[in-house]
Amino acid sequence: MSISIRVGMAEYKAAKSPATLITLGLGSCVGVVLYDSFAKIGGLAHVMLPDSNLSSKKDYNPGKFADTAIDALMQEMSKLGANERHIISKIAGGAQMFQIKSENNIMQIGKRNVEAVRTKLSKVNIKIVAEDVEGNYGRTIEFFCETGELTVKTIGHGIRIL
Amino acid sequence: MYTDFEIDALKEIGNIGAGNAATALSTLLSKKIIIKVPQIKIIPFDEVSKSVGGPEKLVVGIFMRITGDIDGNILIIIPEKDAYNLTETLLSKEKDGDLDFSDMEKSALLELGNIVGSSYVVALSDLTKLSLKVSVPSLAFDMAGAIISFPLSLYGYMGDTAFLIDTEFTEGLDGTKLHYFLIPDDESLKLLLKAIGVNTIEHIDPSGNGGV
Repeated sequence: MSISIRVGMAEYKAAKSPATLITLGLGSCVGVVLYDSFAKIGGLAHVMLPDSNLSSKKDYNPGKFADTAIDALMQEMSKLGANERHIISKIAGGAQMFQIKSENNIMQIGKRNVEAVRTKLSKVNIKIVAEDVEGNYGRTIEFFCETGELTVKTIGHGIRIL
Repeated sequence: MYTDFEIDALKEIGNIGAGNAATALSTLLSKKIIIKVPQIKIIPFDEVSKSVGGPEKLVVGIFMRITGDIDGNILIIIPEKDAYNLTETLLSKEKDGDLDFSDMEKSALLELGNIVGSSYVVALSDLTKLSLKVSVPSLAFDMAGAIISFPLSLYGYMGDTAFLIDTEFTEGLDGTKLHYFLIPDDESLKLLLKAIGVNTIEHIDPSGNGGV
């Protein structure tokens, strides 16, 4: 039996094989998986928002923002013994659940989250090897640290393995 | 954060809005509607979906944006089975075997959202004398977590908790339930309290804004 670790909104967790990391009901949020396949150490961050600079508080939780969650997650993984140079990434989520025309771009938070995650990952030289992003539906994702597989479950849009 | 007095005032706002919305819903369905006392929830993001059955629970979400003197979001959450019941009542015919909703059924639910959403806001506007506009509703049929995360994520810039006024509507005979969430934007909460004459005790505000 492997342990299944739940990652809630704005959380980030790292784990070693044979554990699995799971996050339920991703909507506009983005699930960012980081993985060192040599050490079989995985990490999952449930990112809510693109940019920590817009936070009105200084002592924010780093797991909320794309630009800070990825750094924080990498640190957690390093603690378990992951090698930063081996880390690759898989991302899922960033949907726009409601189609509403709006004068500002807050409605497109999902898309902006995905862009911010991409920007941050390229800044720290982590390659995105697979992704299932945007669209207008929710996703539940589970990452298997043993195999490096990410399953993406949806309602009415099938199951995908990345 | 908020005093008991402020929380009570917000509950009363919720009650007046919900009362008007319940009357409208009752007329629409020709059925008796019961509302619970609104609950003010200031909880971590992750716990919000628990109040509607967990993040993976299949629900219909109807979203509307409020703009004007104050800004905020309305989210109506209807559990899958209750949404089927409502479409049956609204369209006066039995739901076909299809698990998804037809365009006609979606449009009936959107209209329900429209009526409930705007009657709530009209009562709010009458009470507070604030000018408020409600957007066209939009519908999603998906996991509760995914649906709720969108209006909540906007709170992420302000802190680690969400603020919601949650009212449960129950249709008398079948026990069909729906949840009505009013999710005011952060600054709008203070304006809302001010509009009904509840002066928020001024916490130290370095920007000098928001003084009462």
